[in-house]
Amino acid sequence: MFGFLLRRVGLVIPTFIGVSLVAFFFIRLLPGDPILLMAGERGLSPERYAELLTRFGFDRPIWEQYLGYLGALVQGDFGTSIVTKKPVMDEFFALFPATVELSICAILFAVVLGIPAGVIAAVKRGSGFDHGLMATALVGYSMPIFWWALLLIIVFSGILQWTPVSGRISLLYFFPSVTGFMLIDSLISGQKGAFASAASHLILPTIVLGTIPLAVIARQTRSAMLEVLSEDYIRTARAKGLSPFRVVGVHALRNALIPVVTTIGLQVGTLIAGAILTETIFSWPGIGKWMVDSIFRRDYPSVQGGLVLIAVMVMIVNLIVDMLYGLINPKIRYTR
Amino acid sequence: MKMATRLLAATILAASFATAAEAKTLVYCSEGSPEGFDPAPYAAGTTFDASSKPIYNRLTEFERGTTNVVPGLAEKWDVSADGKEYTFHLRKGVKFHTTDFFTPTRDFNADDVIFSFNRQNNKDDPWYGYAGGNWEYWVGMEMPALIKEMVKVDDYTVKLVLNEPNSPMLANLAMDFASIMSKEYADKLAADGKQADLNQAPVGTGPFQFVAYQKDAVIRYKANPEYWEGKQAIDDLIFAITTDPAVRIQKLKAGECHAAPYPNPADIEALKSDPAIQMLDQAGLNIGYLAYNTMMKPFDDVRVRKALNMAINKQAILDAVYQTSGQLATNPIPPTMWSYNDKTQDDPYDPEAAKKLLEEAGVKDLSMKVWAMPVSRPYNPNARRMAELIQSDFAAVGVKVEIVSFEWGEYLKRGQDKNRDGALLQGWTGDNGDPDNFLGVLLGCGGVGGSNRANWCDPAFDELIKKARTIADQGERAALYEQAQVIFKEQAPWATIAHSTTFMPLAKNVVNYKVDPLGSHRFDGVDITE
Repeated sequence: MFGFLLRRVGLVIPTFIGVSLVAFFFIRLLPGDPILLMAGERGLSPERYAELLTRFGFDRPIWEQYLGYLGALVQGDFGTSIVTKKPVMDEFFALFPATVELSICAILFAVVLGIPAGVIAAVKRGSGFDHGLMATALVGYSMPIFWWALLLIIVFSGILQWTPVSGRISLLYFFPSVTGFMLIDSLISGQKGAFASAASHLILPTIVLGTIPLAVIARQTRSAMLEVLSEDYIRTARAKGLSPFRVVGVHALRNALIPVVTTIGLQVGTLIAGAILTETIFSWPGIGKWMVDSIFRRDYPSVQGGLVLIAVMVMIVNLIVDMLYGLINPKIRYTR
Repeated sequence: MKMATRLLAATILAASFATAAEAKTLVYCSEGSPEGFDPAPYAAGTTFDASSKPIYNRLTEFERGTTNVVPGLAEKWDVSADGKEYTFHLRKGVKFHTTDFFTPTRDFNADDVIFSFNRQNNKDDPWYGYAGGNWEYWVGMEMPALIKEMVKVDDYTVKLVLNEPNSPMLANLAMDFASIMSKEYADKLAADGKQADLNQAPVGTGPFQFVAYQKDAVIRYKANPEYWEGKQAIDDLIFAITTDPAVRIQKLKAGECHAAPYPNPADIEALKSDPAIQMLDQAGLNIGYLAYNTMMKPFDDVRVRKALNMAINKQAILDAVYQTSGQLATNPIPPTMWSYNDKTQDDPYDPEAAKKLLEEAGVKDLSMKVWAMPVSRPYNPNARRMAELIQSDFAAVGVKVEIVSFEWGEYLKRGQDKNRDGALLQGWTGDNGDPDNFLGVLLGCGGVGGSNRANWCDPAFDELIKKARTIADQGERAALYEQAQVIFKEQAPWATIAHSTTFMPLAKNVVNYKVDPLGSHRFDGVDITE
């Protein structure tokens, strides 16, 4: 187990360098630069432009800029935003909890609904429920996030007025951020109704962000279950008189979960992509929205630093998922 | 009615929650996050709305809802006979904000003025580089070239000595970049090694003071209890950052905010008929235009430019692109601006005459490029659509058009190139309400290869503009600008397309809000009724 962990961490280093390279050159490949965007319609004289290039260090050879950036990264310096003039690391960690909170809720929503739905569909294969679920999953998977979010807002916040439109908590509540997780902070604050307000603000974004993972997980669970249910040991389990619940819930599900857990791990990437749109619509102050803003402003340090930090987080999650395999299925050993 | 009850409920709820029973909170669903809270290093209206407007004052101010320059931190001023010396007499007893992080020990005085300007002007100033050194507005308004020296005469008198007379100066000083910061606060930050806080935890003299900012989510202000014009009617001002326009409108309807700027043009008619919403509008101080490159053949020939102008069906563009939220443009400045010449005639829409004129100019089988901006701006909500309409209009007179576009930053850069191939769709929103800010910046010889996208340098026109800058009397200046507009129409370096209208949807209980022709959003003087 320890050796496995060490090897995996060893793999992180080349991945990290690769990500830093991609992040660095990706943003520079986009046309336009931050200085021009800041000047806007007015434009600026060639002399002034050259002066600002020097000031930002953009006039140096590109490899030199990259090495400087990499050197700083190794020392844990992610640079300073050229727009807000604040350290990228500070900005990232101020916003990251909001994204994590939303992502955890979305993935829980997807797992809690998706796995049982997939199991039932597999057990009742060919039934109306099965067909209905698969059709719904296909629709959910194909749902454009922007449209889906606006539809939910108009129906639930606009017409029915059940949920708030956007934001993380009602503006009536004002307390310092302790953990950055609104659900926890609202409890700590001790203000009456704060937790309920934070929870109600999570409902729609959770549904929107969780829809695609939900569809994927339900389908994956169903097909994995179908495969396992046809195995000999399931027939044996049935033959020896175990209750249907025990056959499905313990013998079958535990084996079917392995590919499902892999799928959930892979959904982390999807979640980050989905978070960009979800956060933008629901005015959710997370890293997705921040990345979009930074790309539009060509804020090189923020985009570079943000992408590297996101990549590191995804790597950590994947590592955790790999470790989980062992817990679900002891057959997997982490030694060679 | 339902909306109204909800709004009322929300207001009552807000009132009961706040510690003071009568506290009034106004929530503004702003369209984006400010880049920082020091306005001078930035150029975005979103940043100014959140920084200079609520937090700071300037020596001169724009009267709310107009472009009139009125006294601000300067009670009055004298201009020397040669127009080169401006002496400002500062207001006494003005307090900087007392906040959790700073308690001022002295009132506002001349040191604050000198500090606020010098940091942008003098490369040796210790504060010059603190925010990257990009004081784009200070540079853009040509302040370094205009100002010869800044003198503190005494604690309450400041003198600006100019290199040449410049009548737009008073309007320049009312702009966001000229906001007055506290030198005492800056000194304290420098001593603590926390310079960056000048941009994060602002202290000013303005109507509202900064309380907290949660990045990308909420900015909180409270009324400045010691404001020199008296405390504001609303106690708390909250910016709820909401980037999506459709979501902003939903929030307004649900009573989650009182004001939601920049509605989608397609939503405007529906909002106007919504009983829970009041829709204010104001002719915007802007212009959307098509700039020919007058340095390139055949566009150096005025007949070609005139012919093309006559080929454009501007009314169709107004209907399709601005959806009635605008008016046709004749002059390069909007009709609400002083010195607007209402006697100039626009080139009529007449494809037959256009064809003839092209023939006369010896232009046959012309094919050209039209540049379409990739972004939506207030002066041009949909440049792509506009370019397509122009393309079909030009096709009708036998001119083939290829539409080109680039990423916005690249578009701005390439559009400035003197050798640009093609006519460019662009526009402008006024900075300070002065005609020079349109005619001088966009059409003066000094802007060729820069903000003068037509690269049009007409000596007679330029002479008038330069002369007007040196005259203090507004009436005399207006006469010169009126002549300049005549020359502009004769020479037609642009096809003037439209001036757009600014809309501001508000909750019914918001009173005294005034739409700013300069495009900002101000909440001083605003109240909410129960």
